Amino acid sequence: MKLAELQQKLTAAARCETPDERVPYAFEKRIIALVAERASSSGRVLWIRGALRAALTCVAFALVCGAVSFFAPAVKDNNNDLSQDFENTLLASVDQSDTAP
Amino acid sequence: MERSEAQLIAAVLGGDSASFEPLVVKYSPRVFATARRYARRDSEVEDIVQEVWLKAFDKLKSFRGEAPFEHWLMRMTVRTCYDFLRGHQRNRESSFSEISEPEEDWLDRFVSDPGTAAEDADAAKLLVNRLLEKLSPEGRLVIQLLEIEDRTVKEIADLTGWSVPLVKVRAFRARGEMRKILARMTKDKYL
Repeated sequence: MKLAELQQKLTAAARCETPDERVPYAFEKRIIALVAERASSSGRVLWIRGALRAALTCVAFALVCGAVSFFAPAVKDNNNDLSQDFENTLLASVDQSDTAP
Repeated sequence: MERSEAQLIAAVLGGDSASFEPLVVKYSPRVFATARRYARRDSEVEDIVQEVWLKAFDKLKSFRGEAPFEHWLMRMTVRTCYDFLRGHQRNRESSFSEISEPEEDWLDRFVSDPGTAAEDADAAKLLVNRLLEKLSPEGRLVIQLLEIEDRTVKEIADLTGWSVPLVKVRAFRARGEMRKILARMTKDKYL
C-alpha cells in the first residue's frame, strides 16, 4: 500500500471538512455575565491581595524581630541596665540615710 | 450609531464591560470553528471558546491595535487550543481496533483501488480525525495549520509563538509521526 498516497488522500479529506461556525444559543450573554462578574470582583480582589501581602510582610517582620531578640546574647553587665540605674538614682538618698551612723 | 472596534475596545478598557458583547457576537463563529478543529465534544468546544473570551477580556490592555483585533484573537484561540491538546493527551491512547465499519470499508476500497476511495466521504473524514487525535499536540497543531488550513510557516510562527525554524522542525517530525501511525494502522489491518 502506498502510505504517501493514503496520507495525501486523508489530508485532502480533512480539507473537505468545512468548519462548523454554529454558536450555541445566548452564548454571548453567558460570556458577558462572566466578564461583568470578573470586572466587579477585580477591584475587590486587588484590595484583598494588597491586604494579604501587607499582612504577610508584617508577620515576616515580627518573626525576624522575635528571632533577633530571642537569639541575641543576654546583657550581663548590670551597669548598663537602665532600670537598675534609675532605681539606684531614685533610692540613693534612702541608701545613704540607711548607712549613715 | 454603530461603534468601531477601536471604540468598543476603548469603552471596555474604560470599564464598560457591556461593550464587549458586540465583539463576542461578531467573532464567536470563527472562534467556534477553530475550536471544533481540535475538540470533538460540544462541552469541550464551549469550554475552549469561553476560555478564549475570558483571556481576551483579561489581556485586552495588551492589545495595541497595530494588527486587527481578529488576528490578535485568533492567536489567542490557537494557543488556547494547543493548551487544550496538551491537557488531553490521554485520547491518543485508543487503538485502531475501534475503527468503525464504514472506515474499514473506505480503507478496503483504497487498498483495492485508491481512485475509488472518495476523499469527501464521511468515513475518510472520520478516519483522518482519528489519525489526527493520535498525533502529539505539537504535531496535530502543525499538521492542522500547515497541511489542512494551508497556512505558511511564517503565519504558523505568528499564530503559535514558535520560531520559524521550530515550526519547520515540528512539521518535519509531525509528517514522520503521521506516516508511522498510518503504517501501524495499515499493518494492523492488512498484514
